[in-house]
Amino acid sequence: MGVALSRAAQWTTASSGAGKLEVTPLNESLLKEILRFVEQFSSKYPQEASILFMEPLQWETSLQPSDFKNEYDISGVTVKSQETGRDGQPLLQLSSSTISVSSFSQLSKIVQLAKNKKLKEVRACLEANRDPIVKILGPSFATVEGEDMSVLRLLEKVSEDNVSKETEVKMKLLLLLQQLDTLLLSNSLKQITQEVRLSPATVKNDVELLKGFCGEGEKRVLKSVEYTSDFEFSNGCRTPPWRQVHGEICYLIIETCDTDPLYITCSTAGVFLNGGIKQEGDDKAYERKSDVYKDLVTLLKNKSPHFTKNIDKQDFTVNEEPLLTQKMEHVESVDAEEQGQTQRSYELEEKNVLEKARQQRVRNKPGGSKKSEPSLKWKNLGLTSPYEEAGGKKSTKHGVNSKFVDGQDRPVRSGSKKRANFSLSSLAGRLSSQKAKSAGGGTGTVDFSESSSESEEDEEQPERRPESNTDLPSEYWQIQKLVKYLKGGNQPATVIALCSMRDFNLAQETCQLAIRDVGGLEVLINLLDTEEVKCKIGSLKILKEISRNSQIRRAIADLGGLQTMVKILDSRDKELKCLAAETIANVAKFRRGRRTVRQYGGIKRLVELLDCVPDSAALTEEQERDVEVARCGALALWSCSKSTRNKEAIRRAGGIPLLARLLKSPHENMLIPVVGTLQECASEGSYRIAIQTEGMIEDLVKNLSCDNQELQMHCASAIFKCAEDRTTRDLVRQFGGLKPLVALLKETENKQLLAATTGAIWKCSVSMENVVKFQEYKALETLVALLTHQPEEVLVNVVGALGECAQKPANRAVIRKWGGVEPLVGLLTGTNRALLVNVTRAVGACATEPENMAIIDQLDGVRLLWSLLKNPNPDVQASAAWAICPCIENAKDAGEMVRSFVGGLELIVNLLKSADGEVLASVCAAIANIAKDEENLAVITDHGVVPMLAKLTNTTDDRLRRHLAEAVARCCMWGSNKALFQLSKDPDNCITMHEHGVVTLLLAMMGSTDEVLQEAAAGCVANIRRLAMANEKARFG
Amino acid sequence: MSEMSAMNRKIIQNLAETFSRQIKHFNRTEMECLIRLFNGLLGDQSDRRAANGLDRGKFRNILHKTFGMTDDMIMDRVFHAFDKDNDSYVNVKEWTEGLSVFLRGTLDEKIKYCFDVYDLNGDGHISREEMFHMLKNSLIRQPTEEDPDEGIKDLVEIALKKMDHDHDGRLSFTDFEKAVREEDLLLEAFGTCLPDAKSIQAFEQQAFQDSLEN
Repeated sequence: MGVALSRAAQWTTASSGAGKLEVTPLNESLLKEILRFVEQFSSKYPQEASILFMEPLQWETSLQPSDFKNEYDISGVTVKSQETGRDGQPLLQLSSSTISVSSFSQLSKIVQLAKNKKLKEVRACLEANRDPIVKILGPSFATVEGEDMSVLRLLEKVSEDNVSKETEVKMKLLLLLQQLDTLLLSNSLKQITQEVRLSPATVKNDVELLKGFCGEGEKRVLKSVEYTSDFEFSNGCRTPPWRQVHGEICYLIIETCDTDPLYITCSTAGVFLNGGIKQEGDDKAYERKSDVYKDLVTLLKNKSPHFTKNIDKQDFTVNEEPLLTQKMEHVESVDAEEQGQTQRSYELEEKNVLEKARQQRVRNKPGGSKKSEPSLKWKNLGLTSPYEEAGGKKSTKHGVNSKFVDGQDRPVRSGSKKRANFSLSSLAGRLSSQKAKSAGGGTGTVDFSESSSESEEDEEQPERRPESNTDLPSEYWQIQKLVKYLKGGNQPATVIALCSMRDFNLAQETCQLAIRDVGGLEVLINLLDTEEVKCKIGSLKILKEISRNSQIRRAIADLGGLQTMVKILDSRDKELKCLAAETIANVAKFRRGRRTVRQYGGIKRLVELLDCVPDSAALTEEQERDVEVARCGALALWSCSKSTRNKEAIRRAGGIPLLARLLKSPHENMLIPVVGTLQECASEGSYRIAIQTEGMIEDLVKNLSCDNQELQMHCASAIFKCAEDRTTRDLVRQFGGLKPLVALLKETENKQLLAATTGAIWKCSVSMENVVKFQEYKALETLVALLTHQPEEVLVNVVGALGECAQKPANRAVIRKWGGVEPLVGLLTGTNRALLVNVTRAVGACATEPENMAIIDQLDGVRLLWSLLKNPNPDVQASAAWAICPCIENAKDAGEMVRSFVGGLELIVNLLKSADGEVLASVCAAIANIAKDEENLAVITDHGVVPMLAKLTNTTDDRLRRHLAEAVARCCMWGSNKALFQLSKDPDNCITMHEHGVVTLLLAMMGSTDEVLQEAAAGCVANIRRLAMANEKARFG
Repeated sequence: MSEMSAMNRKIIQNLAETFSRQIKHFNRTEMECLIRLFNGLLGDQSDRRAANGLDRGKFRNILHKTFGMTDDMIMDRVFHAFDKDNDSYVNVKEWTEGLSVFLRGTLDEKIKYCFDVYDLNGDGHISREEMFHMLKNSLIRQPTEEDPDEGIKDLVEIALKKMDHDHDGRLSFTDFEKAVREEDLLLEAFGTCLPDAKSIQAFEQQAFQDSLEN
């Protein structure tokens, strides 16, 4: 009985002591067996039943004193049996709820007394006495694992004791108990073997079988059988990994003919209905909603009468039984062995999964399973073959955590941060097998624990490392190893490691991120703080390369690398200074980086680096190094100069004259960062003036003719920005810069260069002297050709330049001749604000030529211009309104055309409400033109143009006043508009109108044939006159 | 005594004159200063030895105190590189010759010098074993490691991979020279055997200016 109890019975906790017997079928049958044994004991073996136990069996009983009948002395809560032992102690004693029993005869009686509480009592007894034999026969009979010597021991006693009667009986009792034990064990074994353990393979088989029963028509047994997931892991499971650990194999949706769809979970323990898992169910859906059945067929038989009825009619038998047992053998033995340990841990599950995986592979039919991949991250849990060879729980655990099956995705972030980061490396793809091999071989064991906070798992199994390594790029491991040497090495070791690290392809992101991920950046930056010049140089050489990566830049800044590098700029070692500056140039490519450089005094130091003699004919070696230092300094300043505050800091540190001096350098690699910095800074007025006054325009112009496109681009770009200023434009011309600019228009492939060049041409063409030059160099023809198939940044400048050039009548003809009008009109449909402003200006300029106007009209250009009045941007509105003016002036039937724009007149009148002065001026100008047509004048009058114009009369903007007066004057043409007359009653208005030459207009009007107008104009003049008189009176009176 | 020093001065000047013609990088005055310094250093030694030059201990003391070297083995090797005639003493000529490379050597000269330092047995090759010997103490040992030498062995392999161009498992002078020309950091790959800029400056300042003042 002892062995059965300790082995077969399922205790709730593994520890001894007050354990509980689980309520399981197995335990129940055990208890029943024991009960039967006890019940029959005193009748079957009366002699043995009377043997006094060595110690009484004690337990908490549920029996009440009232349950006891005769043969017992009952007093209050205590009960004593009348039967006593040899020492007079009662064989049964009950006080409060504790009962102690000293013989089988009494045990039998209790069982009889307990009636329907029998089982409960037996359970309580066994729970309180885990090894009852010890109490019954003595401690020497304790159940021991392995060889059982108790019988022999008893035999010895028998021989010693002269075969006393009692010992003989005891011996019999022991034999009886052992018989029971054997019986119990064999029973429980039967029970265990009945238990179902499913595997993915059997489930799959069943599903295939059931699918065969689906179909159409009367004979079908089921409607459909579907998996919830098409993706099958290599272990045969279709459940997400976190469910696999629960032993779940797959989820099915089975539509039967007579029930709702059944949502079924197939797990290793059996199949059951779940809460309705469809695709990615919520957690509740995983819950069990039914009993557990041993297989699908059994479940269906229970749930679907139709299935039960029809399944047997099938032509073939569902012979899953032999298959199942055969397949299950292996798993079962594992489970049976583990059963007693009661520990149903994660590892055990893992092991099962592995076993299943193995079976699955054996049975895998080629092409038999559809393998689509719903989510790559699942795959990374990699329950795949290499692990099988490794075997054991450890490798499984490890594999689940860190192995990536595929080199294309991130691993699940189950491990440490670092480990998760490894995934990035895999983006770069696999390495050659040779390399991978070397990683897996001798060099593969790396100290993982020191750079990671990862759990003991890592330390536990360095020996497993090589196997799992093969799936990571070997760079990771090699770099990690090198970083370790960097950390713990003296100067020579560090130098060797640094040099070796430089042999990796540091331009490749895999390596860059590998260095970061294994904690290399910290070490490299720490090295910069040491006194070892060689280490600093080696470290910077690496940092310089990997800081091309934006993630690395940020990481370097985060680690305080910029501060250290700024300090290094003070070093006496020129190579070191150069490297530091070059690295700063890379790191300062983002805003925070630039700010850090400034805040730690980097700008001043970098400017100091610029101080050298760049252009003397024969440089000493030392001077050449200075030039190199200056170049690197300029590179860093170039990066830094993208921030406005840094521009200011460079200027204040005295950078401008130094840059001006370097600009004389004959070397392109020096000029590029210098001009780059200058053109960046030219956004600031102070720099533009300095560039002009320090004579830099000449150098910029000179370098337009070099043969390096990048340099040309920066020069053109600098001129673009500086040529806002008239003097600069003149200087560019005087230094002969216009011709090379036009020549650069041929570089149509390099869009950046083209944008800079056209920009410079645009700004230069603001000066008419320059336009003459451009005509001479036939720039317009080239520019017109650039109106098509160019990016917007080029178009804006090209159109801007054409707009400026077209201010000269001759050029308008050129533009037309070279077919420029059509594309210009076409560009009116664009959305780019800057482009629209320039296009409208250019179209407007072209429209002053009637022949151009004809083309514009034909292309419905005026309508396009008009619709731009609806553009929300005031610049575009104004520019469009200005362009409309010449169009109306020059179009045939302009009045008719304008009227044809539905809502057009109302639109333009409403723009008089704009707050933008330029819009108001341009609209006034346009209205003046519109009002030339009487009908249109009537319409705009209806739209209330007069009071709106009147409202504007108190403006002080002269430009607006001029166009306003013109508009007012035009509007007065309309007979009933006495507006002007009314206006003129206000002395201020009179002054305004007078100032803007209204009088002449009015005088002309007075000469008109229209009497009303005459009257109005005359009245108006009269008012002005009166005012003038009053003024004079006031002055002289 | 003054007679002696007058005679000495004459001798020193002559010697300096001769040396400055034979040895590069120092002018006559500097040479004179170095000889004076040498004599000064000798002065402390017992007379018997003084005749031969600076002994190993004395020389190592200078390397340690003036040039901040710490690695015993490398210091021995530097002594060896100075002591061209292998008599265990650095005489005045070896002293000035050695310092010429030590302080102001060209890259070529330094490559030669470093190779001599690293070629422990003087067979013209730096072998695996020699590298291992020199790098023996270059890594912090982790008590957890199974084979504490593994890191060193690995480092040797890395160095070989980087520098052994003819793949014969050892570094010839050509290998070494080529590697250093590609990456000058590798000049002192197996141990610091040259002074850094700071101590050179300090030494020269002391030797050339202080001596002149005397």
